Amino acid sequence: MNDLKNDSRSDGLAQNTDTQADLNAGINAEQLTTKARHPAADALGMFLKNRAATVALFFLVLIIITGIVGPMVYKTDPFDMVWAPFSPPGAEGFLLGTDYLGRDILAGILYGTRVSLLVGLSAALMTVFIGVSIGAMAGFFRGWVEEALMRLTEFFQVLPTLLFSMVIVALFGPTLPIITIAIGAVSWPAVARITRSEFLRIRELEYVTASRASGSKNAKLMFKVILPNALPPIIVQAALMVGSAILFEAGLSFLGLTDPNIVSWGQIIGSNRPYILDASYTVTFPGLAIFFTVLCLSLVGDGLNDALNPKLRQR
Amino acid sequence: MSALLSVENLRIELDTRAGVAPVIDDLSFSLNAGETLSFVGESGCGKSMTALAIMGLLPEKIGRVASGSILFNGEDITKASDERLREIRGNDISMIFQEPMTSLNPVFTIGEQVAEVLRRHQKLGRKAAWSTAVELLNSVRIPDAARRAKSYPHQLSGGQRQRVMIAMALACKPRILIADEPTTALDVTIQAQIFDLLEDLQAQTGSAIIMITHDMGVVAEIAERMIVMYAGRMVEHGNVDDVLSRPRHPYTKGLIGCVPHLMATLTDSRPELTEISGIVPGLNEFGQNACLFASRCNLVGQQCVQARPKEKQFENTQLSACWHAESV
Repeated sequence: MNDLKNDSRSDGLAQNTDTQADLNAGINAEQLTTKARHPAADALGMFLKNRAATVALFFLVLIIITGIVGPMVYKTDPFDMVWAPFSPPGAEGFLLGTDYLGRDILAGILYGTRVSLLVGLSAALMTVFIGVSIGAMAGFFRGWVEEALMRLTEFFQVLPTLLFSMVIVALFGPTLPIITIAIGAVSWPAVARITRSEFLRIRELEYVTASRASGSKNAKLMFKVILPNALPPIIVQAALMVGSAILFEAGLSFLGLTDPNIVSWGQIIGSNRPYILDASYTVTFPGLAIFFTVLCLSLVGDGLNDALNPKLRQR
Repeated sequence: MSALLSVENLRIELDTRAGVAPVIDDLSFSLNAGETLSFVGESGCGKSMTALAIMGLLPEKIGRVASGSILFNGEDITKASDERLREIRGNDISMIFQEPMTSLNPVFTIGEQVAEVLRRHQKLGRKAAWSTAVELLNSVRIPDAARRAKSYPHQLSGGQRQRVMIAMALACKPRILIADEPTTALDVTIQAQIFDLLEDLQAQTGSAIIMITHDMGVVAEIAERMIVMYAGRMVEHGNVDDVLSRPRHPYTKGLIGCVPHLMATLTDSRPELTEISGIVPGLNEFGQNACLFASRCNLVGQQCVQARPKEKQFENTQLSACWHAESV
């Protein structure tokens, strides 16, 4: 951001006190900053500098495309018994082999991509929604509102997450919406705490007072002044949350708490669990799919952190 | 003629760790339409608190108006509802802050921020607000305003940002503009431009200005009347010319003694620059029934540490809160 420095320097060097000097400074600045760049453009530049994150983003896009297009191209039904059980990979034209019921594992992984990504994304969205609402109110209003909300957050934070979500799924039935809600319900406290701390920091900054001084209402201060400035760490957390939600879903499926009519990666691993020693490929491939996707998500989250963290950004 | 703003016996208390401190102690003054009144004093003397109290923006939960009133057009702001306060803020009374670097929202363009104020208070549509915002930016002499309006705050220099703040503050042609050390963070050359701009705009909009500063040079340049604050109390009040040529309080005299060019133009001889030794008392010492300046004063006598000085009025309307006002 050399243009900025030059700008202020030319102001400082101006010896005349008349407006002409400032006009010149302004014109210099105009030539140097050729066009007003959105802060998001700066962030994108920073993100692309992170090699690992860029590669991860590329693969993530590939995974998403696979999830959408894969099942349309590869038409084998993942629930169909297509061949003898435990065919090793490559045998009889089944690239990744078949499971204990003779179902095509490749088809399962392709169909499972959709489910895993969908659950991950919607659970992360839900987490962010709950976490931001609660954290924003706690950080903005302070006093007893903050006390009550933060005690509530701590209560949810100390609950054993897996156990609590198992209880929810066991109570309300293993359907995708319930599983998503269960994951959201146990993972929002982290987002709430980040949001609250950002709100506590930003609400004391001068531009918030300035906005208040120009007559802004609380709702406007919260959502249009403070929230946009609090977003970067929340976005990073959300990206990481998608990964952990996928893991969580896999964990629940592994334990059998899943919709039996829907294929997901965790469910393939879970159902083939007894044969892990005889036919290790039945759990290896879906496991790799989970590993690779979550790795990509967390590298992307890391890249976002670099791009959005003002301390790392050279202004 | 009734004043536009009149503050009567205002007392503001702030909760501190050591207890309750009166950061503003029995302050009264009035402001007429279109005039410029300046508050002077060192850091921690309650200048900014006065400004925040008028805006109804005292630090939540720890600061409050304990007694007294702030009458704006006859309406007591200290008792107004939040709803009413929001109407007044930005529309009738607006404020410019000290740090232009941090008082603009970094995620919106300056045009959006100026337009936002117009949409809220003047109920302008999106397009009308934008074009008015560009006009305003032009009137605060931002070059190529139509394009600059699409810039983000970090792309502007400090002087330009303060101009944007002024544009926002004056967007609704407020009756009162409070400027809290608007040029402290800026270069001296830019300071002069900002003051020129403020004076020009004041002539156009007829706003009264409350200028808060610790710079006597600024006061001499822009204000008609001045109030000198010390440790939460008004120590001197009068027309700028009267006070600068014949200060009636040792603190004012000390402040003037610190400024080189001011002395040089006021007298033929060039006395050595002086300093006021010591520092402003801590908040826990505020509110005593004594002269709070006594520990730093060379005229200190028995009376000064025993009772708070009464305000003495001189024939030229100058007020001084000093037991030895005549002998200063």
